[in-house]
Amino acid sequence: MHNSSCTVKETARKILESGQAERLLGWEQDSSGYNHAPAVFKSAGELDRFIYDRFCGSNLSKLLARLREAEGRTAVLLKACDRESFNLLVREHRIDPEQVHRVDIECSGMVDIEKLRNKGIKGIREITESGDELHISTLYGEKRCRSEEVLLEKCLSCPAVSSADAFDAVGQMEERSSLERYEFWKEALSTCIRCNACRNSCPVCTCEQCIFDNPRSGTAGKASADFFEDQHFHLVRVFHAAGRCTDCGECTRVCPQGIPLYLLNRKVIKDINELYGELSLEDKELGKGALTSFSFQDAHPDIIRKRTGDQ
Amino acid sequence: MEHRVYSLPKKRMGELFGLISSSRQLFLPMEKGGQFQFSRVDEHTDLEGVSLDRLLTAGSAKELFFPQTQQIAAFRRRGKEIELTSAETLTSAFVAFGVRACDARSLEVLDRAFLGTPRDTMYEEKRSKGTVVTLACNEPEETCFCSVFSIDAASPKGDVETWIAGDTLYWRPGSEKGAELTQELDALLDPCSEEEPEGLIQLKQQIRSIIGKLPLGRLSLEQFRPEALQELFDDPAWQKLSEPCIGCGTCTFVCPTCQCFDIRDFDTGEGVQRFRCWDSCMYSDFTTMAHGNPRTSQVERFRQRFMHKLVYYPANHDGLYSCAGCGRCVSKCPNSMNMVKVMKTLGGAQHV
Amino acid sequence: MSVDKQPFKPLIAAFCCNWCSYAGADLAGTSRLAYPAEVKIIRVPCSCRVNPLFVLRAFQRGADGVIIAGCHPGDCHYTTGNYYARRRMTLLFSMLDYLGIEKERTKLDWISAAEGVKFATVMNDFSKEIHALGRNTRFGDLRCTTAVAQ
Repeated sequence: MHNSSCTVKETARKILESGQAERLLGWEQDSSGYNHAPAVFKSAGELDRFIYDRFCGSNLSKLLARLREAEGRTAVLLKACDRESFNLLVREHRIDPEQVHRVDIECSGMVDIEKLRNKGIKGIREITESGDELHISTLYGEKRCRSEEVLLEKCLSCPAVSSADAFDAVGQMEERSSLERYEFWKEALSTCIRCNACRNSCPVCTCEQCIFDNPRSGTAGKASADFFEDQHFHLVRVFHAAGRCTDCGECTRVCPQGIPLYLLNRKVIKDINELYGELSLEDKELGKGALTSFSFQDAHPDIIRKRTGDQ
Repeated sequence: MEHRVYSLPKKRMGELFGLISSSRQLFLPMEKGGQFQFSRVDEHTDLEGVSLDRLLTAGSAKELFFPQTQQIAAFRRRGKEIELTSAETLTSAFVAFGVRACDARSLEVLDRAFLGTPRDTMYEEKRSKGTVVTLACNEPEETCFCSVFSIDAASPKGDVETWIAGDTLYWRPGSEKGAELTQELDALLDPCSEEEPEGLIQLKQQIRSIIGKLPLGRLSLEQFRPEALQELFDDPAWQKLSEPCIGCGTCTFVCPTCQCFDIRDFDTGEGVQRFRCWDSCMYSDFTTMAHGNPRTSQVERFRQRFMHKLVYYPANHDGLYSCAGCGRCVSKCPNSMNMVKVMKTLGGAQHV
Repeated sequence: MSVDKQPFKPLIAAFCCNWCSYAGADLAGTSRLAYPAEVKIIRVPCSCRVNPLFVLRAFQRGADGVIIAGCHPGDCHYTTGNYYARRRMTLLFSMLDYLGIEKERTKLDWISAAEGVKFATVMNDFSKEIHALGRNTRFGDLRCTTAVAQ
């Protein structure tokens, strides 16, 4: 990781020095050693504060879409998980590829600071990496931890990092009884505080005004006054992204309550793949999504009723 | 009034919780779905889930006094009349145990907002029924900066102040309400002979020495004076600072001092229920009026939040800052932007 | 509210396409075929008009079951509306099932204007299923189903 970190910074420098782009979207270092924020760098001189390490989990595609009005070209750094959302935003005309200098960067998995904390590691001062181990210097002594144990959820099924199947957890959930599923989601979703972090960080949530912010939609609600509101919010959020969600994992990463939102997104992806097959790239380029196209042979919704696992 | 210190062996804390919950509702930091939250404990609760080692709950203790949603009233049409039912506001007496010093301070901030003029009766009801039992922070985190706001995590102010030193829980009432609770627990709590037992003195020293080493402990507040209001407001740094902000409400909703709420009507199909719920100045529809939102860009919204905490609020409340340095925004912001970076940047240093 | 002591009277929302199923309901009526009064028909221009939000809203306001009835594939008045509805509802029903809401509470069926008998049969069968399931307790808004209606 350290090597690729230097390479990325060097690439960034070259882009800005050569004028290939007016600005570069990357990450800015924080003294905590892990709280690096996405940032725009306008000159090579500003790159002193540039960082690319194990703590750059955020997906820059959405911020890129916000810069579309900016003059000149913007260079953007894309990890493997961010590329699909970038492609989607290009297909949906939210990003003008002519205005973007795209740089694909390597990634060997990003660390989830919450998972480190959940291991009882407190008072983090500095984190260094050696081999597949993280050395954490804390206010309460030196700690060690295998990096693979504390990766972000999205990294656990990333082909570059692991061979795990993203849909395993969804399959296990489907195996449970209807009541067990209800109880699982009741516990998980009722912790939702409706901060909208999942929505606002989602690269495919690009509506000018969200239905949940529109007082005339009849569905606007800032709070979960009833559990129905939690179910409703998350169902609608997932459904609006159905066929478009690229499983970039941002929603799960940002949720302050640790709700396993990936289980919802991946369920829709799994359903679409199983029922309608993955869309070819050509279809995608024509703007066809799973819900904006159909075939005469599509299954009837009764197949849901025929599934096993009653009650 | 000086109160004396009581002690209880740590292993008997379960009995203490049992005794408290026999006469009042008891809220403790518990693990729920992988997160720590203040949760109601009764005789059926498995106390395994209680975590007093974990420094902070995901949401703050504010939730117990100013819940995310509160019913205000219900309206229903009967013929030509409109029937109005006021929502139930009665709260039974409750105890919040394990509140950290920062969260306890945040209640002072909320008090000034809600118990001034006009008084917020819903908040007042909860505040009067709630007894805050604070707990000293044995292991502060690197995200803590309460000392910047002169909060002493080694001696947290509350109705009752407690410490866990080794195998002993030390208990000291800090108010009338706390003394009352202490009396009820007479059977368990053992009065200490000394004014301050040796174990407690040592623990306090230990905590203060860690606080002295905290990386964020020396942030400067010098810049954030009412006289500097215009200068800070016009600072060009806001543009850059707000760049990563995605306009979600995470910082607002995990913040112990954020106090803004919205009042909404919900159409049930058979009538209307009016409720209030937390609101965030980061949202595009915050304080929307007939002409729209007074703050149309994210920079303005972002600036509002931090200016309110660091400048407007202290200007109106005798210099009390509307931040308790709990560090929740530091650890929860999706894009790693937070109070600390704002304070460093506007305080003169680049936030590296 | 003492509803629980009364026999369970379900509420079923039926979204019916104007061109086929709604006419099918008419035919059922003129043919004197009985179907339960608890089925509340909502006429829509096409099954494709049924936004998933409509289904959620129906449950929120206290429906115990929701059925969508449209033209047979190939017969859509607007040529392809029902094909889109089919996909949309399949995914929606699957998600509801995944969240632990009983999968028997949702249904989509094709009923033409000439199928009065089918209309009555489908509604009778669906109603029986809902009766067997009982009250919808997993996916309704308590504020709508209890609080105000004291």
